[in-house]
Amino acid sequence: MQTLLQNLLNGIAVGAIYALIALGYTMVYGILKLINFAHGDVFMLGAFVGYYSGRWAAAHFGDQAGSGMSWVIFAGIMLLAMIACGLFGYFNETIAYRPLRSAPRIASLITAIGVSFFLEYGGQFTFGPDPKFFPTLIEKHLIHVGGITTTNYQMIVLVVAVAFMALLQYIVYGTKFGRAMRAVSFNYEIASLMGIPTDRIISMTFVLGSSLAAVAGILYGLSYPKIDPLMGIMPGLKAFIAAVLGGIGNVPGAVVGGLIIGIIESFVGGSRFSNFRDAIAFILLIGILLFRPSGLFGKYEAEKV
Amino acid sequence: MPLLEARHVTIRFGGLTAVSDFNLAIEPHELVGLIGPNGAGKTTIFNMLTGVYKPTEGEIFVGGTATADYKPYQITALGLARTFQNIRLFKELSVLDNVKIGGHIHYKYSATTAVLHTNRFHAAEDVAEGEAMKLLQIFDLEGRANYYAKNLPYGDQRRLEIARALAAHPKLLLLDEPAAGLNTGETIELMAKIHEIRDRFDLAILLIEHNMELVMGICERIIVLNFGKTIAQGNPEEIRCNPVVIEAYLGEPAESASA
Amino acid sequence: MTKGEQRAASSERERSSKSLLAARRSPLARMPWWIRDLIYAAVFIGILIGLSYGLEAIPITGMAYYNRIIVMIGINITLAVSLNIINGHAGQFSLGHAGFMAVGAYFAAYLTVFHFGPIVDKLVEGSTYAWVARNALLLTAVLAGGLFAAIAGYIVGLPSLRLRGDYLAIVTLGFGEIIRVMILNIDKIGAARGLSGIPTWSNFFWVYFFCGLTILISMRLVNSSVGRAFLAVREDQVAAEAMGVDATKYKVKAFIIGSFLAGVAGGLFAHYTPAYLNPTMFMFVRSFEVVAMVVLGGLGSISGSIVAAIILTFLPEGLRMAKGVLHMTKDPRMVIYSIMLIVLMLTRPQGLLGRRELWDVLARRKDTIPEDPRDEGSTPTDKLDRDAGPPVT
Repeated sequence: MQTLLQNLLNGIAVGAIYALIALGYTMVYGILKLINFAHGDVFMLGAFVGYYSGRWAAAHFGDQAGSGMSWVIFAGIMLLAMIACGLFGYFNETIAYRPLRSAPRIASLITAIGVSFFLEYGGQFTFGPDPKFFPTLIEKHLIHVGGITTTNYQMIVLVVAVAFMALLQYIVYGTKFGRAMRAVSFNYEIASLMGIPTDRIISMTFVLGSSLAAVAGILYGLSYPKIDPLMGIMPGLKAFIAAVLGGIGNVPGAVVGGLIIGIIESFVGGSRFSNFRDAIAFILLIGILLFRPSGLFGKYEAEKV
Repeated sequence: MPLLEARHVTIRFGGLTAVSDFNLAIEPHELVGLIGPNGAGKTTIFNMLTGVYKPTEGEIFVGGTATADYKPYQITALGLARTFQNIRLFKELSVLDNVKIGGHIHYKYSATTAVLHTNRFHAAEDVAEGEAMKLLQIFDLEGRANYYAKNLPYGDQRRLEIARALAAHPKLLLLDEPAAGLNTGETIELMAKIHEIRDRFDLAILLIEHNMELVMGICERIIVLNFGKTIAQGNPEEIRCNPVVIEAYLGEPAESASA
Repeated sequence: MTKGEQRAASSERERSSKSLLAARRSPLARMPWWIRDLIYAAVFIGILIGLSYGLEAIPITGMAYYNRIIVMIGINITLAVSLNIINGHAGQFSLGHAGFMAVGAYFAAYLTVFHFGPIVDKLVEGSTYAWVARNALLLTAVLAGGLFAAIAGYIVGLPSLRLRGDYLAIVTLGFGEIIRVMILNIDKIGAARGLSGIPTWSNFFWVYFFCGLTILISMRLVNSSVGRAFLAVREDQVAAEAMGVDATKYKVKAFIIGSFLAGVAGGLFAHYTPAYLNPTMFMFVRSFEVVAMVVLGGLGSISGSIVAAIILTFLPEGLRMAKGVLHMTKDPRMVIYSIMLIVLMLTRPQGLLGRRELWDVLARRKDTIPEDPRDEGSTPTDKLDRDAGPPVT
């Protein structure tokens, strides 16, 4: 029972990070029908912005871990990473995807792969290929509740992730921008005929998604302090699967998908099949898609003859 | 034995009954029209006859074979070929290849044959090409054999679709609004063509059409559909005078309709 | 319609009706097919043997390095052309090619390391027997690897019956990764340590032999009823089925053929210096590289895949020079490679050759249809013209 709860908690903590990345995938897919393969690497970029700014902060303010100041620094670093990744997302879209809007969809898929390669190789080139240790921004505590052990890090991850998901939920379903976004994702042409500035909406969607990936990057760096330029590949892929699992284009679906994958991975990781941890997400995905070809919450659209 | 028989065919999508208790028998060499206002269920019937949809109730027989478990491509092999309301050519393939694919069931061979270029390959390809060119000639398209289908003018695309369907050597041809989008001249030409191919290939034809002139002009028997129900059947004269048909098309006050 | 247009149209009509049926029968084509194909094969093999001796004779320092690039180009062409059958011809977007390659590579290597290698070791080094045995066993291993990969392709192809587009893409990617994780867990073939000690039997000859074979298979398929069925499924599955094409069967067929050839490429790769395999070589990123070749070349264009495979394989190597020129301690070539990939795709979104083949472009064949749909046919005057004309009987 205790290991069960323990695995569940660990799974939720990882799943929350997957979910944050998955949101970016699902929003971009919903609006452009593009699998933005570079998104996982934006997550890596966010972690590295956190790494360098964290070290800079440590050099200037000394070791603040433990004091109240650490929270301010943590929030500042997160904001900085969000801005940096948001800017990257903006330029990524305008340079690499916008010119291809009327081209075959496959072309932008390849530029997405190109951008992904650029971030991975560029990361290896500028940051160096070897792993770095994410600075300790906040002192780590163990928390014992009942028989299970958790850390304040897991609590931070959960609180921050839930806060941003709630914010996104509000933006998508409660604001004028969100309404425009949903309109564009429903039908690009008609939305632009209705006077919605589609290009701006799409750019903003990228900014939004990329900054969420930055948040995920910081949270990941905090919890698993070893970061390297290729760290975005696997979490990115799993987050994408989470998005597909939940029904791609569906915002709450991405969150649920992320949590499911995180939890199942955590259980498999604790079992004797732990070697298959990286494959479990795919097995799950294939299993679900064979029964529900549009994911858990996706609408299946039969082709009209 | 009729070429095609539908017995008490009904299909429901969720709560909506799109077609109910549809009955039809087509004998060889017949030219039958299926008409009705928009949304009457005409194309749905085509889709059931060709196996795209499975009827919720009732049975369909093609050449005496019950097609309930047949996939569309198997039904085509039974001698049923069709065109589509919203032209569905293989756009990025040449006109000639479109027609060759139409004859796929007759000239197909294994991948090994294809790779080895055996005599069988040459023989099959020669037949395929000869037949395809002959069909293109009938529709005056042979000069455009190497064009991409998408580059053809609209009227030619409509006719290419018929040529492609004919390549399957059907006994029964289903035409879904063949004259849609054609001008008067083209429609008259098409009517002559439909008659011509019927005699030349000894076909039965079932066609959906909105153009009354065309339907009344060439069909020997007409079935009128409204809201998924068959409301009238008969030769063009009977249909023209049938009050129920006139009502379905023009609408009439409720009192007189119930009378 | 102007005079000129009329003339063009009528001459086109003549040319096509004449050329289509008659021109196919050359003397070679009239021979029994197996004699003809044997002649082709003999000529091709002769050229390859000549080339492989020629390449060895070139007295440049570091020739081994250039040889490796040439061989890698051959392997990548095989991969790209085989993926083009699945993605370009049959229109089933697969991102699992690295997985098929891995299956072929590992199975072939397993055979040679544990079964075939010991046989050859017993023979006298340098003897004719050893030479024959080595090449025959390599061929066997590589084909067996291909068959194993084809089985994997069949299994992976099955979901394509239900899934379309992006969903299929992600599922094939998933299968590729599952294959990799499975290999990671088989200790016999090295698991995460990788598999070393594979005999280095593969060479220029074998790589280009299979490369040529792949191109031949792909070209002959696309001009056959099988290839036409692939294309029909790609263009419009519903219409294809209405024309009697068993879409399901052909999709799976495309997967089987494509993955067989990818497995062969993998087997050849495994036996080429440094003859070492590691599961990380077959991550989905490798599939992306092959997909990039196919799309950059022009989805569906065989020659496009070949050209793009050459460019994208050579590019990173050619960029090694940039390192020397810029006096950099770090190697920027992969960064430049990724930027070039983006730039190439932005400048030619339809791919280098679009759907056309290199020979069509070079010959400027008019009968392969104008590129711009507005060029011909759809002018309103054309339509009116025909209406006015006499009815055709």
